[in-house]
Amino acid sequence: MNLLDLFKRRGSAPVARERLQVLLAYERRNRSQPDLVSVLREEIMAVIARHVQIDQDYLQVSMDRGETMSTLEIDIQIPNKSARPLAMSA
Amino acid sequence: MGKVVVVTSGKGGVGKTTSTAALGAAVARTGKRVALVDFDVGLRNLDLIMGAERRVVFDLVNVIQGTAKLSQALIRDKRVETLFLLPASQTRDKDALTEEGVGEVIEKLSSVFDYVFCDSPAGIERGAQLAMRFADEAVIVTNPEVSSVRDSDRIIGLLDARTVKAERGEQIAKHVLVTRYDAARAARGEMLSIDDVLEILSTPLLGIIPESQDVLRASNLGSPVTLSDPTNSAARAYIDAAKRLEGEELPVVVPFERKGFLDRLLGRRAA
Ligand SMILES: Nc1ncnc2c1ncn2[C@@H]1O[C@H](COP(=O)(O)OP(=O)(O)OP(=O)(O)O)[C@@H](O)[C@H]1O
Ligand SMILES: [Mg+2]
Repeated sequence: MNLLDLFKRRGSAPVARERLQVLLAYERRNRSQPDLVSVLREEIMAVIARHVQIDQDYLQVSMDRGETMSTLEIDIQIPNKSARPLAMSA
Repeated sequence: MGKVVVVTSGKGGVGKTTSTAALGAAVARTGKRVALVDFDVGLRNLDLIMGAERRVVFDLVNVIQGTAKLSQALIRDKRVETLFLLPASQTRDKDALTEEGVGEVIEKLSSVFDYVFCDSPAGIERGAQLAMRFADEAVIVTNPEVSSVRDSDRIIGLLDARTVKAERGEQIAKHVLVTRYDAARAARGEMLSIDDVLEILSTPLLGIIPESQDVLRASNLGSPVTLSDPTNSAARAYIDAAKRLEGEELPVVVPFERKGFLDRLLGRRAA
């Protein structure tokens, strides 16, 4: 940081204010209906559990919430031995 | 019927108990009959702040479970004769409260008292929801800081959805009480300003309580700050807030820090 930066430095309150406004706009929108992403996550997990028994350790769920688009990333490692043979149909 | 006011915040440690005691005492000092109810079951503190910790015999849980009468559990303040405390239980947990039981207690209290102040526990779970359940009005205690403002916003959402009044389609009157306000830090732009907080929460302001040593001193002495020394700045801010709660229209003065030389040089905005 040079001397000019030091003099130009503003308080952090405006940043706080902006972050809050963005966050709360999101949280208020999702207050009435359960968060779609978490509903999806739970249902996907339930479907997997019906067919494969997996340990929590083999499961990675991460989410990146953007302003216009969110990504839900589910990474499941299925150990070969625990996969129940699935019904084979044509 | 008296008014039921919940003092709530979501976030812990922002000043709910301090504010319940200070506002309640300020209202009672004007002759109104006031009951303070501690809903922080398992972590009661209002008795300590009120200086009544050695006089607790029965508590809210006893009354709800029928092992004590309401009149036996209420503790009359030694300084203000229209001020009473209904302590929380220290040994039970929040599951000892039932909605029906709380409803009956609040109903009885509000038929006898002009004001019933409910000191909410932190959080947004059952305990906090029971404390707000039967309220007519809410004082949302907020520190000018991001996590407190966010939690206040959640609490406002709950007040509008989970209170009996809201479920009946009525509006619960909400007021933001900003506490621990540090004028010097606000002037340096290090703390959310009052305008920021109000704009974000879009809820009217009940008052601004400055960060003050006098609050700690009052707690040490076991006296609401509005009784121990009604002339200090925190006490005066609480007394004005209490008047506004009673419907008086008083302008809110933002605690002001004079701009120092450096601030002026750097063109910083004062609060
Ligand atoms: N205006 C103030 N100036 C200085 N200290 C304050 C002020 N208001 C509250 N405090 C201090 O902050 C601490 C927390 O206050 P208090 O117990 O009232 O918060 P609370 O919201 O009831 O907490 P909890 O969520 O645990 O119930 C206490 O030590 C209190 O003395
Ligand atoms: Mg408390």
